[in-house]
Amino acid sequence: MSTRFILAAIVGFWLARMCFGQELTPPQQVIAGNSLSIPTSGSGDATFYLFGPGSVSQQTVHLGQSIELNGNEISTAGRYVAIVCSDTCHSANFFVAPTAPASLSFLAHPSRAMVKQNDSISGVVFPFDKFQNLVTTPVTVNFQITANKNSLFSRAVPTRLGVAWFRSNSGNTAGLVLLTASVNGLYTQRALQLVASDPCNLRIKAQQTAKGVSVETDPVHDCSGNIVPDGTIVTFTANSGSGRSTVDAPIKQGVARAHLTPSGTTVISAASGVVMGNELRMDVKR
Amino acid sequence: MKIVIPVVIVLLTAVFIIAGTFSPSQVGIAVGEGVGTSFTGSSSGGTVPEQIVTAFLQNVQRRNWDGAYSFLASQNKSDESTFVRELGGRDASLRTFSTLSSWDLKPMHASSTDAEIRATLRWSTPVGVVATVRDLKVVNEQNAWRIVWPQAQLADAPAQVVPVNYLRWDLVTHAAQDWGNSGIDGPHVRIVSMNAVSYNGGSVIMGEALNEDTVPAFVNVNATLVGKDGKQIGEESSFDKILHVLLPKQVTPYRIDFPDVDLQTVKNVQMDIKTTLVPASADPVIGVMNQAIDTDAAGKKVLKGQLLNQSGQIVNTSHVIATFYDTDGKVIWVSDGYVDSALYPQTPESFSVEVPNSIAGNAHNYHVVVNQYSLERS
Repeated sequence: MSTRFILAAIVGFWLARMCFGQELTPPQQVIAGNSLSIPTSGSGDATFYLFGPGSVSQQTVHLGQSIELNGNEISTAGRYVAIVCSDTCHSANFFVAPTAPASLSFLAHPSRAMVKQNDSISGVVFPFDKFQNLVTTPVTVNFQITANKNSLFSRAVPTRLGVAWFRSNSGNTAGLVLLTASVNGLYTQRALQLVASDPCNLRIKAQQTAKGVSVETDPVHDCSGNIVPDGTIVTFTANSGSGRSTVDAPIKQGVARAHLTPSGTTVISAASGVVMGNELRMDVKR
Repeated sequence: MKIVIPVVIVLLTAVFIIAGTFSPSQVGIAVGEGVGTSFTGSSSGGTVPEQIVTAFLQNVQRRNWDGAYSFLASQNKSDESTFVRELGGRDASLRTFSTLSSWDLKPMHASSTDAEIRATLRWSTPVGVVATVRDLKVVNEQNAWRIVWPQAQLADAPAQVVPVNYLRWDLVTHAAQDWGNSGIDGPHVRIVSMNAVSYNGGSVIMGEALNEDTVPAFVNVNATLVGKDGKQIGEESSFDKILHVLLPKQVTPYRIDFPDVDLQTVKNVQMDIKTTLVPASADPVIGVMNQAIDTDAAGKKVLKGQLLNQSGQIVNTSHVIATFYDTDGKVIWVSDGYVDSALYPQTPESFSVEVPNSIAGNAHNYHVVVNQYSLERS
């Protein structure tokens, strides 16, 4: 009876050694790009496989010694599976975390915005480490909007799950504004054009010439006082006894001009987009 | 019997040759010309003045200017170079790319000494068929009928210096591969009105679009018709019935034709406007002067006016698009037409676009825009 028990114990010990003798014990958290040592137990040669989100590798290792992985093999953040196979295979999981932010992807929208628009500017930052891994650990992003070196907006926003964002009103003054996002000395910049809004208080004046009527606007501004961009179309219309005349004239240097050829009692008006200007009545003699 | 059949064949051949020799001649209508046309006044029929006009037009069709010019009466006669410029076009105008494809002649008056014939000329052009109407006076001059063709007053800009402050937009694209830093937002263009009407058994979708942005936009409007069963029954674009390059705050009409879709079968219309940021120029400025709804010689309602090129360069081809509104300001029709003459600086050029009679009665207001094509810019 005792002999049987001893034999069973020996066989059990041998099987247990087969099953548990080649154990892998990697650290649970590893930083991307850092070299890694994975201790093993057992003896003899074995094949080691490493499956990661960005790579797969295979090498022959000696059980009982540590498996050395250099930083290049674990530069991609994510879940890795390490497998060692001798007579049987054993595996272990570990996670590679991103390292410190090394670059910022900054999406700013829009590239062009009208002044005095609520929540019209938005920016989103994704911090990445030097291996282009999204940094998911919270970092604080400083957003800033400047125009002519004057700060219009500034806010510190911590990232959540690798993203930080802001939304802001556009300013009152047209021109180039710079959006800056910075994290621990890293910064990236986007340019945004603030443009004048619709014309406001569009006014025209007319003068009779030998060839007809020369009509022009006063300098065209929006309601914030910004000059409306050159090229904006102003439609001049003259209604007279000879019919209707219209000219779509672009604003040049702040003023739109056109020549009309009405005759007799004439009503001249102007419009730009959906904005109407004043009306002029004149008696044109030709 | 052996020789009867050959003799009959020889006799029949001789009869056909004689009949062909003495039957009215079709000489002058070359093979391939006038296919599908109505030679109402061909040399084989009609009165003598009509035959003369037909022969004249056949020469115009072949661009045989010397031959056509020989049909002109000596009284009040145009000089040949002006005559050729008038009919053949110049300065890469639409007429220079046109061919007279067909014509209809309608006698208005005839006597032993003179006649008046209304000629409707259809020109085949790169943008489709363009019809013009001209009343021709034909006189009997020393026993020969000739066409009175007075000297045309062709637009001719005097030598001058026109100061132009060019205004244009160029695009600079970012070369670096920095994610999130490569694009410029497309222009913001909005459809501000849309109307669907039934016309000649088909459907017409029309309206206006406004460039709300501060940059120029290349614009195209598409419409999809959805039937009562929810299935798509037609999809079309505005093609050339729109101002494609739209400057900031500019309004364009658009019109999309579905000639084969009855509006009664349409449950829904899905509109889609596509815009692209493009380099553009604000010049030339073309004024539309003296617009008025009138009746043309054929009794049709037309919107007439004059185009005035206020810039310093020649506009080779111009395309007029007119929007008509009812008393509520709703777009009730969009009509268009090409001008077959070039626009010379500071020189007015007439245009007219057809207006359906049913629309002319309801049109309370209208707005005309001009597409322009200049070879120097293309």
